Amino acid sequence: MYQYDSYDQAMVDARVEEFRDQARRRMEGRLTEDQFKPLRLMNGLYLQLHAYMLRVAIPYGTLNARQMEALADIAEKYDRGYGHFTTRQNIQYNWIKLEDAADALADLAKVEMHAIQTSGNCIRNISADHFAGAAADEVVDPRPYAELLRQWSSFHPEFTYLPRKFKFCVIASAKDRAAMRLHDIGIRIVRNAAGETGAQFYVGGGMGRTPMIAPLVRDFVPIDQLITYAEACLRVYNRYGRRDNKYKARIKILVHELGAAEYTRQVEEEFTHLLSVGVEPPREELARIAEYFAPPAFRHPSESWDLEQLQSKAAGDPSLRWDDGFGLWVRRNTHPHRAPGYVSAVISLKPVGGIPGDATADQMRIVARLAREYSFDELRVMHTQNLLLPHVRIADLPAIWTVLNAAGLAAPNMDTIEDIIACPGLDYCSLANARSIPLAQRISERFAKSGRTEVVGELKLKISGCINACGHHHAGHIGILGVDRKGTENYQLSLGGSEAEDVSLAKITGPGFDEDGVIAAVETVTDVYLGARTDGERFIDTYRRIGMEPFKEALYG
Amino acid sequence: MKILTGNDLRSGAVVWWNGSGWSLFVDDAVDAGDDAEEILAREEAARRVNVPYAIDASIDAAGHVRPAHIKDRVRALGPTVRRDLAVPTADKTGWDWVI
Repeated sequence: MYQYDSYDQAMVDARVEEFRDQARRRMEGRLTEDQFKPLRLMNGLYLQLHAYMLRVAIPYGTLNARQMEALADIAEKYDRGYGHFTTRQNIQYNWIKLEDAADALADLAKVEMHAIQTSGNCIRNISADHFAGAAADEVVDPRPYAELLRQWSSFHPEFTYLPRKFKFCVIASAKDRAAMRLHDIGIRIVRNAAGETGAQFYVGGGMGRTPMIAPLVRDFVPIDQLITYAEACLRVYNRYGRRDNKYKARIKILVHELGAAEYTRQVEEEFTHLLSVGVEPPREELARIAEYFAPPAFRHPSESWDLEQLQSKAAGDPSLRWDDGFGLWVRRNTHPHRAPGYVSAVISLKPVGGIPGDATADQMRIVARLAREYSFDELRVMHTQNLLLPHVRIADLPAIWTVLNAAGLAAPNMDTIEDIIACPGLDYCSLANARSIPLAQRISERFAKSGRTEVVGELKLKISGCINACGHHHAGHIGILGVDRKGTENYQLSLGGSEAEDVSLAKITGPGFDEDGVIAAVETVTDVYLGARTDGERFIDTYRRIGMEPFKEALYG
Repeated sequence: MKILTGNDLRSGAVVWWNGSGWSLFVDDAVDAGDDAEEILAREEAARRVNVPYAIDASIDAAGHVRPAHIKDRVRALGPTVRRDLAVPTADKTGWDWVI
């Protein structure tokens, strides 16, 4: 993975000391909150319901064991012993004190991490496929391109004060595991018929109060023009984005109002101009970055097992509980790997009744140890609020599962109704109208208790506590949006969303429900699905085949 | 009644105006009445509390202060899903009044 050079480190260190001085001046009363707020936000420090919250960037969700241990240390030293992994592959600490914030940032800098550009109207953390560099189906590891974009966008003077925040996502496979088309710019790295590498640009997607799926703007940008094209896209947005209205300031509104064809025409014009100026980093820089992402030294397949061998060996060990413990976890939580004898292993942060995305400092350290011991010192944060060991030998899975199981980290529920994305909601967030986490807890408990999770199969349930949609409810097979109805929590149910390659936006079923009502409603719609599905159909497939009406009929009569 | 709340500048903790300073406990909040704007302006200038503001509240039959809006009731005790991290309270009714 990428390592800072002296220039990177000097920039981050300088930023810490700059913030230390700003925070000191605020605490001494020499800065007003109006003056200080934009400065703290540029360093990822929000003020939430109960305290300051620090959002730390994890570039494209990749980190090593030492960094995860540093995150654990910060949780214990400056927070309350835990952190929250987010839908943008970041981590948030909920209880940071202003007087400690600079020290926390200094500790992060020691392990090449920071909180820069995790807030504000700038280019945020670049997200990517969490299986990058490991997935069997990818064209190439997308992370060198994500890292190039990160370096280009860090402190970019022209794009520090955009009309609104801006989110990139980079993938490199036909399958979309990163909600690519629901980002301001989604990039898919591809190969053309001549075998050349390039980038598809999808521009103008997003969730929030006006959800939109990004249209394809360019089918193939030569890879040595990636940054130039990104810059052209940003320049047109920076020039014409609606700065007069916060709710119409995202690029999706500009692309929608101009029309994708006209936006594209302007981008192409700017692109031609920029090619003549020459803004692309030298190819040697991309090559230098790519070296950091060279595949690890995978062992020969003869030194591991395949999944059939694993099953036959595990079946002989009763402690592994193949049928309802380890075996279920292997079936649910592992993902095909590019190297024979290896898989990627999902570490669920969704225990039944738990808080989605939360991990204690001890759990972080356990995960770090597993990464060091079994996964070439690599970890990923998934946008689904889970963690991932990207490269593990199938033969090591029993040992890994045993450790995870003892730590409460082996819930076998990836992509099931228990694998719920939920934003912090009204329990933590100053923007929220309703709580999200208690719904996730109760729904996972109800389905786990009834044993229906496995029967229902793949079902992506996503919950947001307000219209900003941090919980991705627009993209849930089942989505729940919390609203404020005359001072009480109310929940809108929606169906039919997807953030995958079959991307779609969910539609609202009808009038909202109270907390108990929406939980019962989720059960009702799964009943309709189970009654109507044909062999092999997922919830989303059945919904698309039979439409909304049978679900509405069951919900509202 | 009108009570005043905000977040402590240094720690970020939720605090309530108790008539002479800021308390961590909502039950210490007092009715700021017609003085609310003056107190807010003074405290804003003192820069001990971040963006203090006035909210509606009531006193229940047992004498406990109850913020009117759900958001402020959640602020009063802490995340409903992490009651182990709650602000300590002498209020034996626990969390029943929050949601």
